[in-house]
Amino acid sequence: MAQHQVNYASAAGLPIALTTVDHLVNWGRSNSLWPLTYGLACCAIEMMASGASRYDFDRMGTIFRASPRQADVMILAGTLSKKHAEFARRLYDQMTEPKWVISMGSCANTGGMFNTYATVQGVDRIVPVDIYLPGCAPRPETLQYAMMMLQKKIRRESANMKKNTKQNLRLV
Amino acid sequence: MRKYTPKDNVQAKSYYTDRYWVAPRVPRAAVEEGTHFADVVKTMAHFAKESYIEIGTLVIHIDAKENFEAIKTLKEQCGYTQCSEQSAVDYLAQDGEFELFYQFLNVNEAKRVRIVCRIKQGEAIESIVPLFNSANFAEREMFDMFGIKVNNHPFLKRIIMPDDWEGHPLLKTYPLHGDEFASWYEVDKIFGKEYRDIIGPENRDPARIDRYDTKRFSRVGYEVPFGADISEGEKEQPIEYSETLLVDYNKDSGKQLDHRK
Repeated sequence: MAQHQVNYASAAGLPIALTTVDHLVNWGRSNSLWPLTYGLACCAIEMMASGASRYDFDRMGTIFRASPRQADVMILAGTLSKKHAEFARRLYDQMTEPKWVISMGSCANTGGMFNTYATVQGVDRIVPVDIYLPGCAPRPETLQYAMMMLQKKIRRESANMKKNTKQNLRLV
Repeated sequence: MRKYTPKDNVQAKSYYTDRYWVAPRVPRAAVEEGTHFADVVKTMAHFAKESYIEIGTLVIHIDAKENFEAIKTLKEQCGYTQCSEQSAVDYLAQDGEFELFYQFLNVNEAKRVRIVCRIKQGEAIESIVPLFNSANFAEREMFDMFGIKVNNHPFLKRIIMPDDWEGHPLLKTYPLHGDEFASWYEVDKIFGKEYRDIIGPENRDPARIDRYDTKRFSRVGYEVPFGADISEGEKEQPIEYSETLLVDYNKDSGKQLDHRK
């Protein structure tokens, strides 16, 4: 936004800022990313640490919500078992648009070390993933960085979500 | 020593193969006269086919048809009031049978007893839930993992795998990476079978590097456009180093030490 700011002195002292709707909407969206309180395995411990006072997600406007209806971001933190896959997808479906997904940790990315019959081999098989976050488990700084990368991504997007449905095409 | 088997490419196989040295069995000791276990063996003499001591645990082999009566006797007359574990071992390949075992603890004597019996595939076993509530989940797990049915169980239902799962994963014949049903389970359930083609099969080797995949892999010094077809090879794009920003440390190998100091 700053680049569009008008010099107040030359604009008759009026507090005017010019911007585009895309910028304004994405500014709001990216600075109030509310993830779903949803932990699957040990990565969830790191996710909790990211939310707590030492790493403090709140200062980024990232506040964990206890309901998918109020959440924008789904952090899939941990091993997704095949039994649980349908519930993870149901939670994703219950989230309101616009929504984003962070796949946190090796298990969520690829199944990780659980190369077995009972583990989903990558959560991108059931939900469209925006950010893949490597690590086992990723440290809270890494999750913060992923959140910041997601903010960057959102700021690049068009505010009109219809244009952004490309990512969902595969699985909708 | 075990018999030698060729181990070429064993890691690529997902089925159970005997790759490991089979450890010798734990030594079995006879039950000594005058001990607590001698009394137990005497009480269980009607049921016991064989009994010995393994690492301080009395092991009693019984007939699978008499398991309820035998365990009732053990509980009521020998004071084994806790059933700590109950499950099975798949010996189908070797003997064509499952080995079922029950672990019991006598708190007063601080002694443990294992009751072992064998059943064939397709045979059912009598539930001991009327005697030990702790066997409830254990028997459900045994049913889930091995497909062994338990007669008169109050709620015989899968406990770990989903209710609509096919197959019993702890059988030695069950592939580690799952069968056809398992590999498509979440896709079939969430999206339906018609989405199998769209989503594609599981990638069981995430470290695999595809030589010709230009969408996910870049090749330094041989850059090509995203998604380009390089099945006929790619052109070399030499790395250009800037004089100021990047230094090619490969070009000038620096100070050479030609003799020891």
